[in-house]
Amino acid sequence: MTISVDVQHRHESFEIDAQFESAGRLLAIFGPSGSGKTSLSNMISGLLNPNKGRIIVGGRTFVDTGRGIFVPPHLRRVGYVFQDGRLFPHLNVGQNLKFGEWFTPRAERYAQLDRVTDMLGIAHLMSRRPASLSGGEKQRVAIGRALLASPRLLVMDEPLASLDDPRKEQILPYIERLRDELKIPVVYVSHSIAEVSRLATDIVVLSAGRLTFAGQIADLMRRPDLLPIEERNESGAVLTATVQGHEHAYGVTILESPAGILQVPAVDAPPGTKLAIRIRARDVMVATKKPDGISALNILHGKIREIVPINPTQVEIDIECGSASLLSRITKQSVDALRLAHGLDVFAVVKTVSFDRTNITFGSAGET
Amino acid sequence: MHLTPEEWSALQLSLKVAFWAMVGSLPFGLAVAMVLARKDFWGKSLLNGIVHLPLVLPPVVTGYLLLLAFGRQGPAGIFLNEVFGIVLSFRWTGAALACAVMGFPLMVRAIRLSIEAVDVKLESAAATLGASRIWVFSTVTLPLILPGIIAGMVLAFAKAMGEFGATITFVSNIPGETQTLPSAIYTFTQVPGGDAAAMRLTLISICIAMAALAASELLARRAYKRLAAT
Repeated sequence: MTISVDVQHRHESFEIDAQFESAGRLLAIFGPSGSGKTSLSNMISGLLNPNKGRIIVGGRTFVDTGRGIFVPPHLRRVGYVFQDGRLFPHLNVGQNLKFGEWFTPRAERYAQLDRVTDMLGIAHLMSRRPASLSGGEKQRVAIGRALLASPRLLVMDEPLASLDDPRKEQILPYIERLRDELKIPVVYVSHSIAEVSRLATDIVVLSAGRLTFAGQIADLMRRPDLLPIEERNESGAVLTATVQGHEHAYGVTILESPAGILQVPAVDAPPGTKLAIRIRARDVMVATKKPDGISALNILHGKIREIVPINPTQVEIDIECGSASLLSRITKQSVDALRLAHGLDVFAVVKTVSFDRTNITFGSAGET
Repeated sequence: MHLTPEEWSALQLSLKVAFWAMVGSLPFGLAVAMVLARKDFWGKSLLNGIVHLPLVLPPVVTGYLLLLAFGRQGPAGIFLNEVFGIVLSFRWTGAALACAVMGFPLMVRAIRLSIEAVDVKLESAAATLGASRIWVFSTVTLPLILPGIIAGMVLAFAKAMGEFGATITFVSNIPGETQTLPSAIYTFTQVPGGDAAAMRLTLISICIAMAALAASELLARRAYKRLAAT
């Protein structure tokens, strides 16, 4: 299913001008707060009518200002998970969940209550009131409520933003399952690179209402200049890897990646499982000789392809390793001290512990 | 407490008039409150002013205006009589209209406040779940403003039970037809030896007012409880 958006919208002094198309399973709309992400998702779901433009989802025209078409939200069948949950306070969890189902034509209902509540782990909450739920439970119920309306498209607007890190960790696997097990495409709005790199198949980046990037997450991760300032340290390479085995005694999992063998903290997945891993540029050291007597477990041999200055004192070095490439962020001082230059043979060194769970994704988010 | 037939009829009439004033004005009160709370249009202040007018005008003036409009010779009165065969002047239905008009600003105010307290984000959430505007209103907005509606109805009822000036001006003080509790009390205080009857009706008025307040408190508390944590 293809989502095609081409809108111009002006509200007071704020302007949005965005054009993109995506056929991915999970399209992330990424950008700092105030960049127009929520306005864009409101336009897709019908809560906001753009001044000008077209929105076509799965061949259905939702908006075409030129032809005077504006499908109201209740006829779009676009599920919406809001940042603040928005559960109905006068209904219990079960009634909240069944709310959308009731408005869905019988023939178009594909979501089953048991399956959805099992998948989200909310079956035991059915008779509770929203006010008595924790933040994480509320968001899971909100996701379930949107799914049970059997939507053609699911829009999630910063569904984890109001939660603390442990809660986020609890819900992320559910969203991964949603992406991989259900056939509906997801539009995921976020300002967190960790979430987006873990979940997205496609990504568009918004900055002050304008599109600055549209494409694959792996390509974006190599462009720190496109990331918001507070997320620039998160740039790096995204690789798809396969689980080869586990070193249970040490709690280490061995992965086979296009860049070579990698050892990461134990991942609970059988051999053969495909994963996407993100190696942050700031976690990669560069050595001109193969290091000896070093604690880091991952030492990959490669060749410098490019040295890109990212600010007055730091550079990112693109290192070709096997059929992939890694990014390493180091100081200009180190570049000069080691005389690093294009074409030089180097070793990229990555500590195993620099991988955390947010950098490793089940399923291959990098592929569509 | 022993009541004379005249006192009984005043009590029954008052309850009937107040009930119909409350029920009859509810749909209009809800609609006007919705419009005032949610819509922006030219002349909104004017509408707001007209709705609140009975609150600030002397009741006698309101009653007189009703007489001019809905009396036998009034344009609205002639229209209602010719088209629907409804006569309001000097009938209990006219008393109900006078009470409804006097209670209207109180009802609208209570409902409007509760509508303004509703988070419109919940309504847009309902829309994305497939609910059309009518369904959003009846499944989300209406349950959420129920405490306000109850409060508005009780206020309108209480106001109707006590309404005197507009009623007596519009439909006079006819025993058995338009003589409500306040009119009856007034009449008893004007005749020698009517003190005991006036006192009896006064006590009844107090009891009804207290019962209405208690009932509204109970209903509103129950409605709020459904919204709060359990």
